[in-house]
Amino acid sequence: MQEVAEAARDSYTRIVATLIRVTGDWTLAEDCAQDALTAALERWPRDGVPANPGGWLTTVARNRAVDVLRRAAVEESKLREVAMLWEPAPPDDRLRLIFTCCHPALSLEARVALTLRTVAGVPTAGIARAFLVSEATMTRRLTRAKSKIAAARIPYRVPAGEALAERLPGVLAVLYLLFTRGYDADGEPAFADEAIRLARLLAALMPAEPEVSGLLALCLLQHSRRAARRDEAGELVPLERQDRARWDHAAIEEAVEILARTPVEGAYAIQAHIAACHAGERTDWVRAARWYDELARVQPTPVVELNRAVAHGYAYGPEVGLGMLAKVEGAPEGYVLAVEGDLRARAGEEGRAAELFMRAAAAVPDGPERRALLKRAQPPASP
Amino acid sequence: MKYMMFVCSDTEPETDESRVPDIEVWVADNDASGRRVTGSVLAPPTAATTVRVRGGEVLLTDGPFTETKEVIVGFDILECADLDEALAVAAAHPMAYNGRIELRPFAAEI
Repeated sequence: MQEVAEAARDSYTRIVATLIRVTGDWTLAEDCAQDALTAALERWPRDGVPANPGGWLTTVARNRAVDVLRRAAVEESKLREVAMLWEPAPPDDRLRLIFTCCHPALSLEARVALTLRTVAGVPTAGIARAFLVSEATMTRRLTRAKSKIAAARIPYRVPAGEALAERLPGVLAVLYLLFTRGYDADGEPAFADEAIRLARLLAALMPAEPEVSGLLALCLLQHSRRAARRDEAGELVPLERQDRARWDHAAIEEAVEILARTPVEGAYAIQAHIAACHAGERTDWVRAARWYDELARVQPTPVVELNRAVAHGYAYGPEVGLGMLAKVEGAPEGYVLAVEGDLRARAGEEGRAAELFMRAAAAVPDGPERRALLKRAQPPASP
Repeated sequence: MKYMMFVCSDTEPETDESRVPDIEVWVADNDASGRRVTGSVLAPPTAATTVRVRGGEVLLTDGPFTETKEVIVGFDILECADLDEALAVAAAHPMAYNGRIELRPFAAEI
């Protein structure tokens, strides 16, 4: 049944993507694809799953689209075009759909919402919940985005040549944002699975783009630790104290295999390599420090410099890390204090470390992070 | 598809003058390709008059309809296949560097 559900979702995206290309009507495309899914949920449990579920869904959606368009008195040539869709071979318009949903002329919120709704087929109510807005607000946001696509004539195509190199990072940023943002009530990214599914789809559609594979590997590695990230009380567990048996080793293996065949061209692949340094029995800090040097070269932000100081501190001793930390400018105060506290603790300066953790806790918002910092500020229980 | 290009000033222009393209070249290129239908530089907002008619009375105000630091200094009407083409034309205009440009599609014909 899991496979049927997967096939149905796969067909949903294909159907929506092709109907948009032919009719230019986003709402019609979504409604017809949704109607086909609803019909399947009704009939398949009763009549059994058809031999070709995707073909079945496509036929139902296409017939529905022809009906709707006929009632709207659309000209005969357009009707024929819709009726002839998917004959003989189904066209794959999913890449166009992804690039249009992620067009930079749309606001970032609109890109994320539209990608979830139209490419991943997530119901509007679910997107609204994760982004802490009402369903009405999310519906308005989606409607506004679709109207802008039509009114400003945002093209439905995959950019070619130089334009592709310009636009691809924006698409990857939307997928990574999907992965990291929109947390559910337990603080887990609500759309992490969707983001991985979309990254996998994009990697399959664009096999010649190493950063797409890099992003997929990065998401897989981060997501592999989801079952070990929190203890029974729901508190964050630092990486070095996580129960590695609870990591998703199949996901780690897949990511490592992807990285082995992917040339390193940008920040996603580099971050994935860093994440892979943490994925073994013990963290390979020397290798991680080298990858952080690379990352700081392509993405010289204060937070990257901060993490680089941490990696060097673990690889070559706390003094080295403290030396690098002193040169970091503009990083969030709470993180700088927490990193210095950690390095001082490992240099044996426990009193100074406790004081730094207290100050760090005061500088971050109330939540699991602050609680974790306060815990570290406590002197270890005497034996 | 027609787009109105509002050419505006900006309080934070590009600092590297050598990057800014030549307006004569921009006009010549886009006139030749037929993408620029018409356009002009406008007199400063101090020359503007705002007109309203309320209750049958014509009300005139000296100045533009909103007072902002950024002002419309010119306009062009573009004829482009889609937004991507219009974006490329706008991004090649010197005022995309020294100011900012708002691209507004003409409303669909009713």
